[in-house]
Amino acid sequence: MTATKAPIETPSKQPPVRRPGDRIFAGTAKGSGIFILLVLAGVAAFLIGEAIPALTAPSADIPGGEGLAGYVGPLILGTLLGAVLALLVATPLAVGIALYVTYYAPRRIAAVLGYVIDLLAAIPSVVYGFWGLAVLAPALVPFHVWTAEHLGWIPFFAGPASTSGRTMLTVGLVLAVMILPIISAIAREVFSQAPALHREAALALGATRWEMIKLAVLPYGKSGVIAGAMLGLGRALGETMAVAIILSGGAGATVNLISNSNPSTIASNIALRFPEATGLGVNTLIASGLVLFLITLAVNMLARWVVNRRADFSGAN
Amino acid sequence: MSTDTRAAPETAAPPRGPVRVERRLPRFALVGVYLAGIVLGAGLSALTGFSIAAALVYGVVLGTLGVYLVTRAVQGRRKATDRLVTSLVTTAFGIAMIPLISLVWTVLDKGLARFDGDFFTMSMFRVVGEGGGAYHAIIGTLVITALATVIAVPIGLMTAIYLVEYGSGRLKRAITFFVDVMTGIPSIVAGLFAFALFTLIFGNDARLGVMGAVALAVLMIPVVVRSCEEVLKLVPNEYREASYALGVPKWRTVVKVVLPTAMAGLGTGVTLSVARVVGETAPLLITVGLITGTNLNPFDGRMATLPVFAFYQLTQPGTATQAFIDRAWTAALLLIILVMALNVVARLISRFFAPKTGR
Repeated sequence: MTATKAPIETPSKQPPVRRPGDRIFAGTAKGSGIFILLVLAGVAAFLIGEAIPALTAPSADIPGGEGLAGYVGPLILGTLLGAVLALLVATPLAVGIALYVTYYAPRRIAAVLGYVIDLLAAIPSVVYGFWGLAVLAPALVPFHVWTAEHLGWIPFFAGPASTSGRTMLTVGLVLAVMILPIISAIAREVFSQAPALHREAALALGATRWEMIKLAVLPYGKSGVIAGAMLGLGRALGETMAVAIILSGGAGATVNLISNSNPSTIASNIALRFPEATGLGVNTLIASGLVLFLITLAVNMLARWVVNRRADFSGAN
Repeated sequence: MSTDTRAAPETAAPPRGPVRVERRLPRFALVGVYLAGIVLGAGLSALTGFSIAAALVYGVVLGTLGVYLVTRAVQGRRKATDRLVTSLVTTAFGIAMIPLISLVWTVLDKGLARFDGDFFTMSMFRVVGEGGGAYHAIIGTLVITALATVIAVPIGLMTAIYLVEYGSGRLKRAITFFVDVMTGIPSIVAGLFAFALFTLIFGNDARLGVMGAVALAVLMIPVVVRSCEEVLKLVPNEYREASYALGVPKWRTVVKVVLPTAMAGLGTGVTLSVARVVGETAPLLITVGLITGTNLNPFDGRMATLPVFAFYQLTQPGTATQAFIDRAWTAALLLIILVMALNVVARLISRFFAPKTGR
C-alpha cells in the first residue's frame, strides 16, 4: 500500500498559497449564503415565537371565540378555494399560451408576444385589485346570475348570486390572471427546449403540427408544466392585496363561490385586520400567517423538487 | 348543425386509388368559415339582447367549430384536429390579452384625471377633500425601496458569487434550493417576519420605514441571487483562467475580471428585482402603515408609500369620495408607470452596457 501511495503524493507538494484577501472575500461570500439560510430559518422562528401566545391561549380568548382552529379553519378553506380555482383556470390557458408563443406564432413576433405576457407579471397586485373591483366584478354579475339559475344544484354555485360580483369566483379569476405569466413562462421554457430531433422526426413521419406537439413536446414538458403550476399555486395562495380589495369576505366556512358571504383568505385577512389588531389579536394573525407560510413552503418545496429532478432548466427565470 | 356532422364523413370519403391526392382547403375558405361563425355568433347574441362579450364568446366557439367541421369534411380527421388545436391555442393567447388590455385601459382612463402637478408636489397633510397629492408617498416609496436595495443587493450578490465561484457540495445545494423556495414566500409573510423581528426591540406598536425595507429585502434577495447567479455563470471560464495564469489572486479575479464582465447583466438583474418589490403593498401595509405628511426618516415612525396610499385612498375614502378614488387610480397609474419604466431601464442596461464580445 505505502509503496503505491508515495509516488502519488509527491506531485501535490506544498499547499496552495492562501492570501488574506482571498480568505476574507471567500468568507464574506460564504457568510452571505449562510445568512440567507439563517433568514429563512429566522422567518420560521420569529413567526413561531410570535404565534405561541395564540397557540397556548384559551380558545375563548381568540377572536371569534371558537379557538384557533375555528378561526383559521375557514380562512384555510377560503385560501385553498381561491387558489385552486385560479389554478384550474390558469393552467390550461398557460399551456395554450406557451404553445402558441413557442410553436404557432410567427417567429418574428414570438419574442415580443412572450414579453407582452410577462408584462402581466409586472403589474402590482394592488392594481389587479383595483381592476378586479372596478371592471371584472361588475362585468361578471350576469355570469353569477346565470350560474345560480342553471348550475345551482352544484354546491359551488348554490347562490344566491351576488349583485356586486365581489365573490370568490371573481377573486379566483383575478388570481388566475396573476399566475398566468408564471406558469406560461416556465411552460414556454420547457416547450422550447423539447429536442429538435424528436420534433423533426415526428414531422418527417408525416405528423401534423398538433401530433408533433403531442408526441415530442408535451411528454418532454410535462414535469415543467407541473412545476410551473405549483409555483403558480404558491403565488395564488399567498396573494394578498387583490383578494383584500375584491372579496367581501368574512362569513364562515362555505364552498359557495358566487354568493356575498365568502370565507376570507389567510393573507387578505391579515392585511385587513392587522393594522387595527392589538394584543392577542396580533398573535392570532401571526399564527394564521405561520399556517400560510407552512402551506406555501410545502407547495414550493414540492415544486422545486419536481423542477430540480430535471436539472437542465432552472425554473426561476 | 347536427345534420352537417352526420352527412360530412360520407361526402368526404376520398376516392381510393393507387395515388391519394390530398385535398386542401384554400386559406381564404377557412378564414371565411371562421368569420361566418363570428357573424353567426353576433346574431345569436342579438337574440338574447346584444352584448359584445356574448357575441365574442358565441362567435369564437362557432367559428372554431365551423373550421373543424369543414376541415374534417374535406381533409379528414387528423388535419381537422390540428386546425382545432391551432384555433384553441390562439384563442388562449387572445383570452390572456383581454385582462392586460382592459387593465391598462382602465387605469389610464381613471388615473389620468388627477395626473397633474399637484399630485407630484403636494402631500395629504391637512387635506380632507379634493386636491392633495402623493408627494409624501412617492418619496416614501423611493426611500424604502432604496433602503431595501442597499440591504438586499450586497447579500444577494455575494451569495451569487459564492454559488458560482466558491460553492460546492451540500451547502451550495442547500442554498440554491432554499433560495428557490424563498422566491415563493408570500409577501405578507415577509411583512410579518419584519414585524416580529422589530417587535422584539421596539414593542408591539412599532411602525418604521426600516421594517418595510427589511420585509422588501427578504423578498428581493432571492431574485437578486438568481439573476446574478445566471449572469455570473455566463462569464467565460477562459477569462478566469487567463487571470489566474497571470498570478492574480482569486478574489481580485472576481472583483476585477468577472464582475466587470458581467456588469450589464448584474445591472439588469438588480433593476428587475427592484421592479419586483416596488409595487408590493401587503408587507408595507403591516409594517410601515400610512401617514398624511412627509416623513423622510425611515428610522422614525410611520411613512407613506405609494401602494399603501393607493389602497387606503380606495378602500377608506373620506367625505369627498370621488376625490379619494381619483387619487387612488392615479397612484395605481403611477405604480404601473414606475414598474414599466424599471423594466425598460433593465432592458436598456443590458443592451447598452453589454460587454463587447469579439465572437
